[in-house]
Amino acid sequence: MTSVTEAPVPARVVLNSADIDRALTRIAHEILEANKGSQDLVLLGIPRRGYPLAVRLARKIAAADSTVDAAAIVGQLDVTMFRDDLSHQPTRPPYPTQLPRTGIDNKVVVLIDDVLYSGRTIRAALDAIVDLGRPRIVRLAVMIDRGHRELPIRADHVGKNLPTSSSEKVRVRLEETDSVDGTPVNEVVIEAGA
Amino acid sequence: MAHDQQDAATTGAYLVRGASILGGAAEDLLIRDGIIAARGTDLAGTDAADGATVIEAAGLVALPGMVDIHTHLREPGREDAETVETGTRAAALGGYTAVHAMANSNPVADTAGVVEQVHTLGRTAGWVDVRPVGAVTVGLAGEQLAELGAMADSRAQVRVFSDDGICVHDPVLMRRALEYVKAFDGVVAQHAQEPRLTAGAQMNEGDVSAVLGLTGWPAVAEESIIARDVLLAQHVGSRLHVCHVSTAGSVEIIRWAKARGINVTAEVTPHHLLLTDELVRSYDPVYKVNPPLRTDSDVQALRAALADGTIDVVGTDHAPHPSEHKECEWAQAAMGMTGLETALSVVQETMIETGLMGWEDFARVTSTAPAVIGRVADQGRPLEVGEPANVTLVDPAARWTVDPSKMATMGRNSPFAGRELPGRVVATFFKGHPTVLNGELNTPYRHGPHGESTAPAGGY
Amino acid sequence: MKHLLSTEDLSLANAIRILDTAEEMAAVGDREVKKLPALRGRTVVNLFFEDSTRTRISFEAAAKRLSADVINFAAKGSSVSKGESLKDTAQTLAAMGADAVVIRHWASGAPHRLAATDWIDAAVINAGDGTHEHPTQALLDAFTMRRHWARLHGTPSAGADLKGMRVAIAGDVLHSRVARSNVWLLRTLGAKVTLVAPPTLLPIGVGQWPCSVSYNMDETLAKGVDAVMMLRVQGERMNASFFPTTREYSRRWGFDDNRLRALDSLGLKDTIIMHPGPMNRGLEISSAAADSPRSTVLAQVRNGVSVRMAALYLLLSGDTREPAATTNAAYSTKESH
Repeated sequence: MTSVTEAPVPARVVLNSADIDRALTRIAHEILEANKGSQDLVLLGIPRRGYPLAVRLARKIAAADSTVDAAAIVGQLDVTMFRDDLSHQPTRPPYPTQLPRTGIDNKVVVLIDDVLYSGRTIRAALDAIVDLGRPRIVRLAVMIDRGHRELPIRADHVGKNLPTSSSEKVRVRLEETDSVDGTPVNEVVIEAGA
Repeated sequence: MAHDQQDAATTGAYLVRGASILGGAAEDLLIRDGIIAARGTDLAGTDAADGATVIEAAGLVALPGMVDIHTHLREPGREDAETVETGTRAAALGGYTAVHAMANSNPVADTAGVVEQVHTLGRTAGWVDVRPVGAVTVGLAGEQLAELGAMADSRAQVRVFSDDGICVHDPVLMRRALEYVKAFDGVVAQHAQEPRLTAGAQMNEGDVSAVLGLTGWPAVAEESIIARDVLLAQHVGSRLHVCHVSTAGSVEIIRWAKARGINVTAEVTPHHLLLTDELVRSYDPVYKVNPPLRTDSDVQALRAALADGTIDVVGTDHAPHPSEHKECEWAQAAMGMTGLETALSVVQETMIETGLMGWEDFARVTSTAPAVIGRVADQGRPLEVGEPANVTLVDPAARWTVDPSKMATMGRNSPFAGRELPGRVVATFFKGHPTVLNGELNTPYRHGPHGESTAPAGGY
Repeated sequence: MKHLLSTEDLSLANAIRILDTAEEMAAVGDREVKKLPALRGRTVVNLFFEDSTRTRISFEAAAKRLSADVINFAAKGSSVSKGESLKDTAQTLAAMGADAVVIRHWASGAPHRLAATDWIDAAVINAGDGTHEHPTQALLDAFTMRRHWARLHGTPSAGADLKGMRVAIAGDVLHSRVARSNVWLLRTLGAKVTLVAPPTLLPIGVGQWPCSVSYNMDETLAKGVDAVMMLRVQGERMNASFFPTTREYSRRWGFDDNRLRALDSLGLKDTIIMHPGPMNRGLEISSAAADSPRSTVLAQVRNGVSVRMAALYLLLSGDTREPAATTNAAYSTKESH
């Protein structure tokens, strides 16, 4: 995966690398707790940054439960083709959708994304899931919930609730996908709006 | 000529002041009674100029009225494309005082009746001399000679014969036509296109056609016919005119033929002097023409040939088409471009501004030589006292942007649309009468009651 | 990218983007629900001035898998066969609210006319125009080659080009829109192309193309080749003296059983045999070659749907609110949530 290099913009760091890691550890435990174990768990990350978060969560779950093979429970779910704003955005090529070998029928699917905002991405993800199979339960885990929902959707697991104004931008940067001045970073920042 | 002078008595007198004669020194021209009555410096105030309308022509170039050897006026038959009236208005605005109307009308101009009809329409319109071209073969079918003699003897006095649009490809028929027209000093104007080599042809065959997947029109299809025809003309001792020469190879053959003393003349269109087949990449049928636009090296060879006299004349091949014949797929589109109202500017751009020719040469290739080829006695004459007053005044410093919707021709198919070109026709005098003044149409010349007065007056 | 008219002007980035998107579309074909909602409410018109059931149903399947509404307009044989009607037809389709026009036309350049004029504002996809181009065929061929090349090298297809691949395209290049589109696209993707044909079936000007030219099939094979693409030969070419007889054509330029065996003896075990279809078995390709494990003919058909889905998706899903201005911005990699 290529790195996106961004020029430094006046921004406030709200989570640093250690904060992110702590939040993921907590969420991993919450997931196991809500599910009463690792039975039937499938973590589906939504590209781009939901996927590396899903991979990290899977590792943490595997660390907590030795019966779990992290690679076997994680997958990627592309929602591009299911978005309701395709004709209002520049064209985006889809990312691959990769399901764990076990599929998702009768599984407990945890959708994972970096930021929960309007809820439209998750709406698209729910549609995408329906076309791929019939999970027993679908839950949602996000690193940041910044509010401003436009649909009746809420997250089951949240790294941090972050009150924002809609003019602000929330950026989750992960070392798997992002770097600043050539250095991979893990941080969540708020940029002031225009 | 006597008749004309009488007819023109009503056209008034004009004193053209300070025009550069053929691009040379500035002089005054007094136009009166259909002729150039006086020429000299500062004619104003002389008795001769008394009562004449003064036209200030400082900075303008005075040229003999242009003569088009190759025009499609479409009438009779395709009055939706052009009429003699609209086509000759366009000609006058373009600086012309005579045009040769090609024979591919409907019915074909292959009888005395049709050529006389066209001739009469031209006289009635009164904007330029309309010299009908007679078909070589009946119905342009390439099978049987049309009544060439009858057309020559008709009131239209046809001297140029052509199946233009279609090649007289049968070598025996071509030989017979060349021989036969000797009886009345005619000329066969050949549309050189070997038909089998150009079946379904859409554009010049070369690098561009290979990419575009359009059937090629190879240069050899033109050159092989020209090579054959110059040898035939030599063999039977006749006069051959080659229409719209488009390739460097054709130029070489004609140069060789002229060096051998063969009586051949050749014509090039303005569009072949400027445009290349690269334009076809747009698939815009406004660039579809026959013969097709060629390559840049062909363009350069044609310019050089026109400059050195290998090519004798510029002929517009003005070919108006209704817009529905161009607003379609390339392969469906009609071939042809309008040209009467842009010829002067394109020749100025390609030949004069490039330094290849002067205005004197311009007069030769657009007036003198075509009048001689067409045997039009009172056209293409020097701007001297006593000569018929067919005069064009040009502003060589003007620049204008071609807008087909503003043209007098009904055709909107100008390949120069949107281009900025030099040179503007300020006035055109036809038989001493200004058909164009201040760059705008004035009034047509009114022929007198003496019937057919423009018969070739001999001496050719 | 507002239209897909040719591969000649298709950039490497756009070509790769279409191929990569097609990979994702291919995955949809393996699902139980072979449908995506991406083009819901959009109307795709298949405007065919020339019969081609294969191409039409491929585009139709592609559009339907993306949930677009599909209108099939067979213009051949109807009153719509004279020139001026292309304009009328286009304006009619525009009035009906077509978002994309997939056009097959016997006249080279007809799709360019639709795209360049103001007759219709829809996205135009060239589904084969005369002897000019057939870009989606070349893209599906490249897709097929890329998958083969990637499998051979054990690398992923996505993002890859065809650098180093040796491709022979054999047959009637002169009249082939498939050959033209392939030559340009394979050049862009970095493959090495050799055209193999009788000199009569190569265009004047082929020397300027980014490929080499051979008159000898066996020599071309002996030099080593990774894919051989056989072009369809129209029977009527024989009457126009492009070659003496179909037998002689087949012997000199066809892919017959001897040449199939030659691939083995030359050690070219991974060389694939391609054909855009429909095939003239026994003329340009023998049955044994067409049915051999080397043949990708059916894979090409399958991949055609994926590639056409990708093209339709990429042309139709962009921002429709400000058409012309987004042409280049359409491929910004910026994410939004």
